[in-house]
This record gives sequence, C-alpha cells and structure tokens, in this order.
Amino acid sequence: MSTDAPTGSRTGTPTSTPTGRRPHGGVGDALRLWWDALARPTQWALGVPFILLVALLPVLQIPVLTTVGTSFGAVLAQFGMYALIAIGLNVVVGQAGLLDLGYIGFYAIGAYTVAILTSPASPWNQMGVDGWLSQDWAWLAALPVAVAVTAVSGLVLGSPTLRLRGDYLAIVTLGFGEIVRLLADNLDEVTGGGRGLAQVAYPRLGESDANPNGVFSAGSGSGVLTSGVWWYWTSLVLIVVVLLLVGNLERSRVGRSWVAIREDEDAAEIMGVPTFRFKLWAFVIGASIGGMSGALYAGQVQFVSPTNFNVINSVLFLCAVVLGGQGNKLGVILGAFLIVYLPNFFLGRTEILGLPIDGTRIAELRYLFFGIALMVLMIFRPQGLLPVRQKLLAYGRTLYLAARRASTQPVVKEGS
Amino acid sequence: MRLPSHRATTGAAVALAAALALTGCSQKTAGGTAADASSGGTADELAIVADVQIDTTGAEVAADGAGEPADPAGDGSAVCDPVTIALAGALTGPNAALGQNILYGAQVALEKHNEANADCQVAITPFDTEGDPQKATQVAPQIVGDESVIGLLGPAFSGETKATGDVFHQAGLLSLSASATNPDLTTNGWDTFYRGLANDAVQGPAVARYMVDTLGYEAVCVVSDNSDYGIGLAEEIVGGLGDAADESCSTEVKTGDKDFAAGVQLISGSEADAVFFAGYYAEAAPFVQQLRDAGVETPLVSADGVNDPQFVSQAGSSSEGAVLSCPCGPAPEEFAAEYEEMHGQAPGVYSTEGYDLMTILLRGVDSGATDRASLLEFVAGYEGEGLARSYMWDDTGELSDALIWIYSVK
Amino acid sequence: MTGEHLHAALLAADVVAEPLIGFDTGALARNFWALTVDGLTYGSVYALVAVGYTLVYGVLRLINFAHSEVFMLGMFGQYAMLMLLGFGPSGNAYDLGIAMTVVYLGVAMVGGMAVSGGVAVGLERVAYRPLRARGAGPLVFLITAIGASFVLQEIVHFVLPKVTGGSLGGVNAQQPIRLVEPVPQLTIGSATVTNVTIIIIVSALVLALATDTFINRTKFGRGIRAVAQDPVTATLMGVSRERIIMLTFLVGGLLAGAAALLYTLRVPNGIIYSGGFILGIKAFCAAVLGGIGNLRGALLGGLLLGVMENYGQVLLGTEWRDVVAFALLIGVLMVRPTGILGESLGRARA
Repeated sequence: MSTDAPTGSRTGTPTSTPTGRRPHGGVGDALRLWWDALARPTQWALGVPFILLVALLPVLQIPVLTTVGTSFGAVLAQFGMYALIAIGLNVVVGQAGLLDLGYIGFYAIGAYTVAILTSPASPWNQMGVDGWLSQDWAWLAALPVAVAVTAVSGLVLGSPTLRLRGDYLAIVTLGFGEIVRLLADNLDEVTGGGRGLAQVAYPRLGESDANPNGVFSAGSGSGVLTSGVWWYWTSLVLIVVVLLLVGNLERSRVGRSWVAIREDEDAAEIMGVPTFRFKLWAFVIGASIGGMSGALYAGQVQFVSPTNFNVINSVLFLCAVVLGGQGNKLGVILGAFLIVYLPNFFLGRTEILGLPIDGTRIAELRYLFFGIALMVLMIFRPQGLLPVRQKLLAYGRTLYLAARRASTQPVVKEGS
Repeated sequence: MRLPSHRATTGAAVALAAALALTGCSQKTAGGTAADASSGGTADELAIVADVQIDTTGAEVAADGAGEPADPAGDGSAVCDPVTIALAGALTGPNAALGQNILYGAQVALEKHNEANADCQVAITPFDTEGDPQKATQVAPQIVGDESVIGLLGPAFSGETKATGDVFHQAGLLSLSASATNPDLTTNGWDTFYRGLANDAVQGPAVARYMVDTLGYEAVCVVSDNSDYGIGLAEEIVGGLGDAADESCSTEVKTGDKDFAAGVQLISGSEADAVFFAGYYAEAAPFVQQLRDAGVETPLVSADGVNDPQFVSQAGSSSEGAVLSCPCGPAPEEFAAEYEEMHGQAPGVYSTEGYDLMTILLRGVDSGATDRASLLEFVAGYEGEGLARSYMWDDTGELSDALIWIYSVK
Repeated sequence: MTGEHLHAALLAADVVAEPLIGFDTGALARNFWALTVDGLTYGSVYALVAVGYTLVYGVLRLINFAHSEVFMLGMFGQYAMLMLLGFGPSGNAYDLGIAMTVVYLGVAMVGGMAVSGGVAVGLERVAYRPLRARGAGPLVFLITAIGASFVLQEIVHFVLPKVTGGSLGGVNAQQPIRLVEPVPQLTIGSATVTNVTIIIIVSALVLALATDTFINRTKFGRGIRAVAQDPVTATLMGVSRERIIMLTFLVGGLLAGAAALLYTLRVPNGIIYSGGFILGIKAFCAAVLGGIGNLRGALLGGLLLGVMENYGQVLLGTEWRDVVAFALLIGVLMVRPTGILGESLGRARA
C-alpha cells in the first residue's frame, strides 16, 4: 500500500495535483498530520471536549448559527440522522467505491421495522398485551432488530446485484430503493400504505409533570430542551459508536480490501482479495447503519409514511457524501450538516449580518443550489470539500510522528 | 426489431398521409362526442354547480343557506393588543399548492379584519412544513415557542398532524386544521385539535348511500389514489356501497401519476354503472379525460378533493356530467373575486376553509380571546355560519353537524 | 404464556396468508388486445427516449441521467410552440381540419425537438465536456448528470414561471392544449384503436426508421459507430470525436423532443417539471432491456417494456406499475446484463 494515493485516482481524475510541487501542503493537511501524529489518549483528550461542544450547540443558542424558522434542536436531530446515513453510505460509496442510489431503501426499512413492531396501527405490533416489547423500552429494543433486519436486507439486495459494476449497479440500486418505497405504499395491510404508521414508540425517559410522556416524546419541552435535542444527543452517541466501529474496520483487513476494490477491482481480485465477499460486507455494514438511522427517524417523528423515502432524498444523501468528500468520515458528516442545515439556516431569515435577504425564497430553491453545487464540485473538486487522504493503515502513528519531526520536509512524494 | 432500411423520406410521407387520413376521420365524428369541441376550445362554459344538499344517510334535504356568513371585519370597533395567528402547511415543495390555498384564503379574511379594525391588528405568520412530517416536527416547537402566537391554522396534512399533534396538545395551543381529513386524528385525545371540514367517515357513507339510493347505481368502480385522504375516503365509500362496490375494476393510482391506461382499460372492460374517484383533481382530471378518450361514458362521481375549478379547466368537456360531493358550500362569487384580486389566481381546494376558519379565529380575538386558553375555549363553544357551511364542533374536535353538498359539472 | 405467543404468531401468520398481492389473470385475458395496443403506444414513447440513452452510452459509456429532463423540456418546448401559434389552454380539443392539424402538430414537434436538442447539446457543453477535458471517471459523470437533472427540473419549477410571467412552468401541471380528439378508427381483436394511437405508433416507427438509417447509412452515423467502437482509432482516422459526441447528444435530444409531443397527445396533462423522471428511468430500463448501446435494442426494449408494464399492472393491480418496470430492469441485468440484443454499438461491459 503506498503512503499516498493521489486524491483523484479514486474518482478517476488524472493524477496531477493542481497546486504543483507539494501535493498536500495546505492548512488542512498540516492539521491532519498534526492529528495523526498525536498519541491515542491525546486524541481522545482533545476529541471528547470537541464532541461535547458539538453536543451543546442547540443549548448554547449561538446567535447567527441558530436557525430562525425551525427549532434548532430538531434540525440537529435530523442532522444526526443524516450524519449516520452519510457514514453508512460512505462505507459503500466512499470506501468500497460502489455507487448506491437506493440507499434510502435501507433508511426506510429501518424506520418501518421499528414502526411495524411498535405502532398500534400495525398488525405485527408487539407493544400490546401479547407483545414481547415493554412499553418503556420498546424503541430501544426495536433498534437492534431494525439494524439486524436492514443488515439482512442488505445481504438480500447485495448478493444478486453486487456482481454488477459501476453505473449499472447505480441504476439497479435506484430501482431497489424505489421498490422498497412502493412496497411500503402498496402493502397496506402491514405498512398502512399511504396512511403510514403513527404513534411509533420512543424511549420513555425523564417523565415529569411538564413532560408526562418523557423528554423524547414529540410534545416535550418548548424552550431550548425540546425533544429534538434529546434525539440529537442520542444520535451523537450512536455516531461516535459507529465511527469507532467503522474506523476500526477501515484499519483492518476489511478496510484494506475495500480500498483495493475501489482502486481497481480486477487487480484486487487477482491479488487474492475475495472482492465479492468484501463488497457484500460493505453493503451489509452500510445498510445496517442506514437502518439504525431509520430507527432514529421513526422514533423522533413517531410517524412513518412512504412519501419521504423517495429518490430525491436518496440523491440528497449521496449529495451529502460527495459534497463532504467521499471516503472521509469527517467530511461526509460535514456534508450531512450542510445538506440539512443550509436550507434551515435560510428558512424564515429576513436579514443576515444586517443585510436584508429573503431567506425563505432561498430555502425554497435548495434543490437548484444542491444541483449546481454537485455540478460545479464535480468539475473543480470531485474529491469533495474535505477530501480523503490515503494514509497508512498500520503502524501509521510511528511514521507520522517521524514525519512531523522532519516537519520542513514534504512528507509524501506525489504518487502516480 | 429489424427495421427495413427504407429511405426516411418515404416513411415520413407515409406517416403524413396516415395522419391526414386519421384527422380527417376524427373531424367527422368529433362533433358527436364532444359538444363544444368545435368551439375552438377557448370558450369553456362548463362549471361546477351546486345541486342538492344531503344528510349523513344520503337523503336529500333542503339547503340550509339561511344564515348570514360571519364577517371577518366584525363591527369595526374591536380593540386588542397585537396578536399573531400561526399557519402551518406545505408552502414550498410538491404539495405547496394546498398550503398556499389555505394561506391565501386566510389572508383575505385577515385583510378585511385589519382594515376595519384599526385598534386590533392581527398578524399571520406562515410556517412551512413542506408537507413533510419530519419538517413539521422542526417547525412545531418554533410555533409553540413563539409567545405571541395564540392560535394555529393547520397543520394542513394528516401526516404532519399525526407527527405534531402532541406538541400543540401539550402546549395548549389551538390547532385548527382546514384540510386534515384522516378519521384517526380526533381519536388521540388531543383536546386542542379541531378541523373545519367533515371527515371522510361522514362524507364517504353519505355519498355512497346517495349513489346507491338516489342515483340508483348497482355497480361502482372505486378508484383511489395513495394519499391519506384518498385511501380513507375509498375505504368509507367501499364500506358504504356494500355490494354495489365492484371489486373487479377497483384500482389504485399514485399521486403524481398522469397516465392511467391499465386502470381505464379495466373500467372499460367492466359493466359498472359509475366510477368513484377518491383523490385530488390533479389526478382526477387526466383520469377522466383518458376514460372519455377511451370511449368510456361511465359517469364519474368524486368528492371534495376534485371539487375545484381546476378540475373542469384541465379535463374540459370530459368533466361534463361529473357528480362531485363536498362538505363545503359553494364559494360565493364575492369571495372568489376578492381572492383573485388579492392573489392573482382563483381560489382552490380549501381556500374557503382557510377564509372561514381565519374568520372564526378573528371573531374570537375581537371578542377578547387574546391568549391561547381563551381562544381554544372560544372555538370549542363557537357556533355560526361560514361561507362554506355552519361551524359547530363536538368535544372531539369534529364538526357536529355535517351536511354534504352534491355538485355536478354542467 | 406460550399459548398466547402462539396465538399472536398465528394471527400474524394469518395476515401473511391473506394474499398481499393477488393475480388477476382473468382481467388480463379479457383486456389482452387493448392492453397490447396501449402498451405499444407507451412503448413507442419509451423507445424514442431510450434511443437517447443508448446512443450516448454507446459513444461515451455514460448514463445520461439528465436525459429524462431533456424529454421533460421537450414537452414544455412543444407546449410553448403551440402557445406561440396562438393556442390557449383548454380541456377540449381544437378542431382545425386535417391539414392544419397535421401542420400544427408538425410545428409543435419541431418546437419540442428544438428545445430538447438544444438542451441536450447544451448539457453536453456545460456539464460533460469540462469533465471529459479533465478525464473524470464514470461516477463523476453520473453524479454530474444527477446534479444537472436537479438543476433543469428546478429551473422549470421556479425560474421559468418568473421568466414567462407564470404561463409556463411552476408547481402545477400545464393546462392541456389538445389538437387531436381521440376517435376510434379500427378494431384489433377486442381493442379499439384511436387516431391518436395510430399517430403515435406510426410517427414513432418513422422516426425510428429514420434514425436507424441515419446511424447505419450516413457518414455521420458511421462516425458515431466508429467512435462507439474505438474512440482512439476513430480519432486517428480523422473523425472529430467532440463533434460526434455533440451529434450524438443532438440526435438523442431530437428524438426525446419528438417523443415528448407524442406523449402529450396521449397524456395532455403530463406537462410538469417532475414529469420526466419516472418516464426517463423507464426509458433507460428499455434501453438496458434491449441491450444498451444498441439502437434497435432500444426500440425493441421500449415496445416490450410498454407492453409488459401494461400486462403486469393488470395482473397485479395498477399500483404495481412502476414495480413491474423496476423489477424487469433488475431481472434483466441479473440474468443478461447485455440485454436481449446485446451491446452492439460498443463492447459488452458489465
């Protein structure tokens, strides 16, 4: 494995780097090098306060940052779900290089699993007297079920389709995504059809006089601590757990195989990587993370219906990954944040730093802007805002440490 | 397909000749099938006209247009502190038309009120839910958190109402919907939820009985779209029709579909007396047009979702003879004129409800109900005429006296 | 306790045992001919749009995801042309007499083709050419195409009504302008065939024939085939690759524009910003079905898909229409990724 893969090769751009002599000499790369060279405990010592700061965003109510037309906590809750989706989709698209346009299908399956198990309108509701789910913990118990069901569905969808490559795979997954939505719409007896399933379970925690149904219920809180904030915190916990798991996978044999498949599937196959099996792994892991996010959705909105699981949103997920930088976990989280936050930032805003704007109108045009952003990005920066840098997957820290000591030297030579 | 490689020009000539011949035939027969096809298509005299009013058993009753509709302007002497009414609905996105209709209707009432009552200025703050339940959960806390908001007109769709009903219930904020029709909504124990239209459970059986008893249909094909509204209505209609519902030609269409070849074919192949379309005019117009194009003359019956001038203007002569029910009275011309002057377009589905419900809220404000609790109380005890119908709610938030109007296109 | 569980399980099983999807073979048999004729009508439209996908794929190995928007803009193009000719929206068909109807239909078709062709070429210039210059990989093209698709839709959704003062575009479908009233002409089996059906099928056949001739018999067509087969050698032999690519987009766009007019004859209310998407996917499906990159395959695939879709939705229920199309696509790709006729314009790849 080379110490440096040219940023463009994954997406097929020529390997020349525009800036010339030092390929990765920007501020971002200095930061990356600094971070990679830190000892693990130090990384944790810096990372935990940062995560706490991010978690406290909705409580701090920072003036310009806080959304005007929508509840900031609830927006961040949606961001949490999209971030999970982006991480999951990143495993499939960014790491294994499989373009999946139907990822929303897994999100839907996760949401529907929770809803079918816990909504009183569903025939398979397990919350009643005969059910095996207790009232208070039903959501939490349904979460692993949702993850398991989506993992299985990833296996089922993946095993026939992953023999296809490139854009064929993209179109087939698009078809699968649509089929999942149409199934949810057509199998009325189980999914409630277009009516959806209401009164989905949510964690019953922190019940008080002010919040008779606990802090997670939709009706909870009217000030800063709305239910959205609690869901945001829940999703942050899940994001950290998932990041740790995916990060470790990335550094394992599986992760190395994904990179090999992404860069050249035929070469990987010849070098002894069981490509199909590892592609399937990527698909299954990506799917289960999507399912986890779907379970969050079902709990937070407490209502699922097919209309929201459409192709446009599926493309929006992909947009988050591409915008942020496919392959880079932090990048795709940033992408998810931009996708969710930007329209809400403008919504209902009439002025920004003294300048009068029609924010609602700007928010209305979001798909136009996302479309333009995708096109422009693909021309000028196909690797995304925070591009991935290939790094040593083993013994990395020792080398980065050494590299930092010789800080004036360029660390890596331009690869080919 | 192995295409013989003729020269393109020859083929074009053949096509031209064929087309010539065909339009020639069409000209001969067109006059018989569509009366005003020959008028050049510009003049369109068809309109939705109110026929009779029916009660919940489908029997015709005398129209109760006796009372004078409430006037949003009041007597012009109201004094109040500035208060805000929030409106929640899809104002952008694919479902925006519905939310805008309600907003525009409400604005007509508001302007009348504020013009007449200089000492009582009420504001309306629109909140956009995009018709998306998750978006609604983000919007709802903002509405509740805004202290100046004393009442909410909305949410517009049943889905977003399901997702946010609890928020308004816990905050004690009146949530008065002009368009959420799902029957379950009033069974959640939300004492803040009221709706200004009859739910499907009243309209469906009444219209079904009317079709069987009065119109004498023995077999009806029920076509439903996949919206909350369409499914609910279709269920009620099928239940009300009983044996008269013909399952062999019942089909489901998707919201947004524009071509219905197979569904039309099924109806064409059946012996049904009528087709009931449970859905909105956006699908009903192309549906009935394709039905007539296929030579099927089976009468169309539909409900409030189709009862819109847009239906007639899009379906043209195909809409002729369609029977449309609505728990709403005919929109008076005066309102339509004011609406059009203010917004540059004709009132649409639920515009009248938006106007009426806003009027009720404004009457409340004028009577001194300027906080959330008292406005809620005012609406709960309200009784009066509106443009569309008379309004009076039972304790679940349903209209207690729901009469259905039957319209037809002629 | 276990008894209760068993009971619950049985209840759950009962829901499954009740058929979620029923098969109505009787309805299919009763309506067979009508469904076939109707299927061929829609299939002709799919076929013409599919040619656009297949040609571009043959030459560039690129799924032009935004081709559905090219079709959608074609619908607006022919509509705008009719408005320019002085027709106003009306639910009723105009009765102009034979000669004038044909002339106006022809002019409207030219309008649709001009807009579609222009958009297709513009798309190539603005979105794809810079990527080719940078040697981007296929996924970059696909993502760009998705972005372009969003942009074109939103332009019609928001910008067009502003520019035209609300008479074109916006959130609602256009009020239909109808030139031809469908009138039954003849009967095939149990099916009545209307003039509209005949116009659509005959026009599509003529256009298909013309395209086939153009690709197989003319100098430009030879250029397209050459680039599809081996771009490098073709360039060495003096074929201008850029010009051929533009020509390919143009041909695809023109056919999509023509298809747009034919489609609106059948579905006059379908002119809306979101109206191209599903049809585009189905046309792509048709192209794959016949063998993407293969011109005649696209035509065959289109007709086949139209008919199968019609059978499928009567068999399963109309709500399964799109599922039938997608399932067919997936099935074909699983079993025979090169489609029925194989990828003859280029090499087999998947």
